[in-house]
Amino acid sequence: MNASYLTSILIWLPVAGAIVIWLLPLSRYATGSLALLISFAEVGFWIKQAAHFDFSQPGLQMSERANWFGDLGVSYHVGVYGFSLWLVGLTVVGMAACTGYGFWVGRERPRAYFGLMLLLTGATVGVFESQDLLLFYAFFEAMLIPLYILIGVWGGARRMEATIKFVIYTMAGSLLMLAAIVAYGLKAGTFDLVDGPASASRWLFLGFMLAFVIKAPLFPFHGWLPDAYREAPPEIAAVLSGVIAKVGLYGMLRIAITKFPDPTSFYRTTVLALAAAALVYGSLLAFRSPDFRGVVAYSSLAQSGLITLGLFAGTDLGFDGAVLQMVAHGLISISLFLVAGAVERRTTTGEFRLLGGMARGRPALATLLMIVGVISLAVPGSASFAGEFLILAGVFQRAWWWAVIGAAAIVLAAMYMLRLISAVLHEARGSTVTDAALDLRPGELALVVPLVAGLLFLSAWPAGISNHSFFGPSPSATVKSGFK
Amino acid sequence: MTLNTPYIDWFGLSPVLTLIGTSFAALLCAVLVPRAVRRLASAGIAVAGFTAGIVLAVWLYVDSANGHTIAAGAYYRDRWTSLGQIIIFGVGLATTLLAVEHVPGWRDADAARRDDHVAEFFALLLASAAGMAFFVGAANLITLFLSLEWFSIALYVMCAIDYDLQGSLEAGLKYLVVGSFGAATLLFGSALVYGATGKVSFDGIASTISSQGLTGDTFVVVGIALMVAGLGFKMSAAPFHMWTPDVYEGAPTTVTAWMSSATKVAALLLTFRVMTTAFPDNQHLWGWAFAIIATISLAIGNYAALVQKNVKRILAYSAIAQAGFMLIGLSTGSALGGRALMYYLIPYAASAFGSFAIVAARERELGVPVTLDNLAGFGWERPFLGVAMWFFVFGFAGLPLTGGFVGKFYVFAAAYDHGWAWLVIVGVLATLVSLYYYLGIVRAMYMRGPEELQLRPGGVAVSGGAPAKETLLHVAVGAAFVVSVGSLFAVQPLIDLAQHAASALPL
Repeated sequence: MNASYLTSILIWLPVAGAIVIWLLPLSRYATGSLALLISFAEVGFWIKQAAHFDFSQPGLQMSERANWFGDLGVSYHVGVYGFSLWLVGLTVVGMAACTGYGFWVGRERPRAYFGLMLLLTGATVGVFESQDLLLFYAFFEAMLIPLYILIGVWGGARRMEATIKFVIYTMAGSLLMLAAIVAYGLKAGTFDLVDGPASASRWLFLGFMLAFVIKAPLFPFHGWLPDAYREAPPEIAAVLSGVIAKVGLYGMLRIAITKFPDPTSFYRTTVLALAAAALVYGSLLAFRSPDFRGVVAYSSLAQSGLITLGLFAGTDLGFDGAVLQMVAHGLISISLFLVAGAVERRTTTGEFRLLGGMARGRPALATLLMIVGVISLAVPGSASFAGEFLILAGVFQRAWWWAVIGAAAIVLAAMYMLRLISAVLHEARGSTVTDAALDLRPGELALVVPLVAGLLFLSAWPAGISNHSFFGPSPSATVKSGFK
Repeated sequence: MTLNTPYIDWFGLSPVLTLIGTSFAALLCAVLVPRAVRRLASAGIAVAGFTAGIVLAVWLYVDSANGHTIAAGAYYRDRWTSLGQIIIFGVGLATTLLAVEHVPGWRDADAARRDDHVAEFFALLLASAAGMAFFVGAANLITLFLSLEWFSIALYVMCAIDYDLQGSLEAGLKYLVVGSFGAATLLFGSALVYGATGKVSFDGIASTISSQGLTGDTFVVVGIALMVAGLGFKMSAAPFHMWTPDVYEGAPTTVTAWMSSATKVAALLLTFRVMTTAFPDNQHLWGWAFAIIATISLAIGNYAALVQKNVKRILAYSAIAQAGFMLIGLSTGSALGGRALMYYLIPYAASAFGSFAIVAARERELGVPVTLDNLAGFGWERPFLGVAMWFFVFGFAGLPLTGGFVGKFYVFAAAYDHGWAWLVIVGVLATLVSLYYYLGIVRAMYMRGPEELQLRPGGVAVSGGAPAKETLLHVAVGAAFVVSVGSLFAVQPLIDLAQHAASALPL
């Protein structure tokens, strides 16, 4: 049962699709349809990959390896582990929904837009699948290029500042990571992530971590976040917070924690403290935020903190919960940003003081927002309850006070999410909410409902992810062994 | 008395000789061929010359596994020379294509004068390419200086060939003055080295320095310092860069494209050869010198580029910064550094040429110097050139779209391998700063609509009309695009080539 070709197809199919879209002078409708078709094909290939994935086997699966340049030991090496499989799935599903949203709202300059969306898909899948440090870095950087143009061309009024800030912040981190990669790889004699040995260098660990905490982001490296999330088109904000942010967290798991065990334990308290700060600070900002997207943006900061708590707890429950929560929060924030986009299209604003009372006469919008909101605030029985519970239990094993901070933040999550729901759906009817503001159209439902269905499925069976991310009974032992 | 003439390996010199021959032929076009077909005839000769040069250089590359000197120790027939020549001739071929549709005098309204200097232009292009081809193979101080002046003088004239434009004349004059100063510095340094060692050949200098213990000799050290400075002028590394932005801006853009890529290839390859062949024992001196020059180039090039509005000036400062990156590889003096330098030059030459070619396209369209402001909407109007441009500039910035990404990785690896982690950090910080202006170019092209274009030279709006069809320009940019993107994927074959080339040097 060799399905390793799927790994490369998932990366290169959308890239090839982007090139086709750029070369062929197709109409707006044909371009969008082709892009959507490719996105669906990606989901199909991913389902096939998941079906072929053997969760009872340790180690890398469906790997492909080819020489890139041998004298420094750099290769094109791709493959998936259990947890990367789920993140690839999140990427292809999320990108399909966001590409569909772009099609639905009819973005200007469709060939450029859909080509870039596909390029972004390929690069992001590449990050989650690459098993060579330089290849990882190449895809990590390659994500930035379509994002820059997507925000810069199709973004809001203040998009210029937002993009510059976003790119410079991200590159500051990732260029130091490049320096760390050079140092690590030359010392180890290989850039391969599977073969590469563990390192005890604290400097290298910091070089990698800086890139990841900016991407995730964690407090105090989140300066780019509010502008980028507000000025980006809603579907790009959804990608940023739902998928791209997970790249930073994935990097912590796959590289920082795995390859640098000693520095990880040395800096554990520092990272946990930053994560806890991000969690509390992000939740407070989300509670004070005056607009829809602000709440979702800052709640993403909080969630990145929470997931980092789970990862750096270094316990079995923490790792399981972190992976589950990455996927759950990815789906939640993509859904929320798409709903935010739908609300903004109808009312021209996301500001709470101008919104309100949208539940009346708009049952689909109200129902969907309620479901996502309730799952997001982690009511018992929801996917994020499972994820957050595992994370808190995991970090509790490290020290009880982390769990106390985390639990307090969950209360804050309930506060900001309920505030969001009531400000949009309930309260007095806002000045911008007219009768022309229709309920969600079938096209929009077709994009958001599958995401919500995925969330409901995970709520029913969180073990589908949490028990199928790491091989063996003890995730922390698996991580310690370098996923062997 | 009979004069003993040395044995000449004519085949070894054939790429250079071919270009000299075609240069003469192109010059004859100026007087023998009627004006109506002069442009095509001389361009055809140039294409033939460069193509033949590439074929011969490839042949020599294959045939010169054991590098050695020819023509009485004046010239190296080895793979370092051949690979450098292939890159230079490739750029030359692309420059010819770029020049066919528009060479000098194009701003002149008088159509009758449009083809006045076409043949001379191609003759000079071929002559300067021949000079560079000889320069990369120079094996002693005499041929080094001779070939340096040879291609420099051709370039001085090419810069000033738009002689009805003040900017072009100014560029030519400035380049002449500063370039001569640089050449004089190099000559003085060479004289001191010769005075100390009594040798002109590179390997003779090295063996004399090591056998007579001249490593710390004042003449040798000062000589090396002056040679470093003289070569620094040619590769436009800071602090010897003052001429670069003005000359790049003032020269006809076709010439700028040629200079910025080919001259840099020739200067960097030759410098690496001189330093590693003639002064291996002084590596600690010139290594540090070039590391510091690299740092200064990265700092000055990138910071000065931030405030520029003229795209040619931005690219000129970016060329200074790029020289800094390549000097990182050069300064290590190691086999890895040589490989890194040679590899880096391939996507660099393609991207530098391509980006100036695109500026030339916009300039021809507008008829005014290209600034960030009047680049607005360019990416949407000319999709292919726009995409190529963002690939080129993102490649300069080290984003993984062109081989510039791998090149940067290689020079960093060489520096780290050499124990210079600080140089890696310098490179990383410089890259970060450079992003701002590279992104600025992309922003100008895409993120402002053509409606913001307020250009009305002569009271006529220039945007909106169908842009000129410049098939050959598109072919040239397309070739540069293929090379720079292709070098990201075909790293191993190119590194193998570079490795074989570098193995000709005593590393």
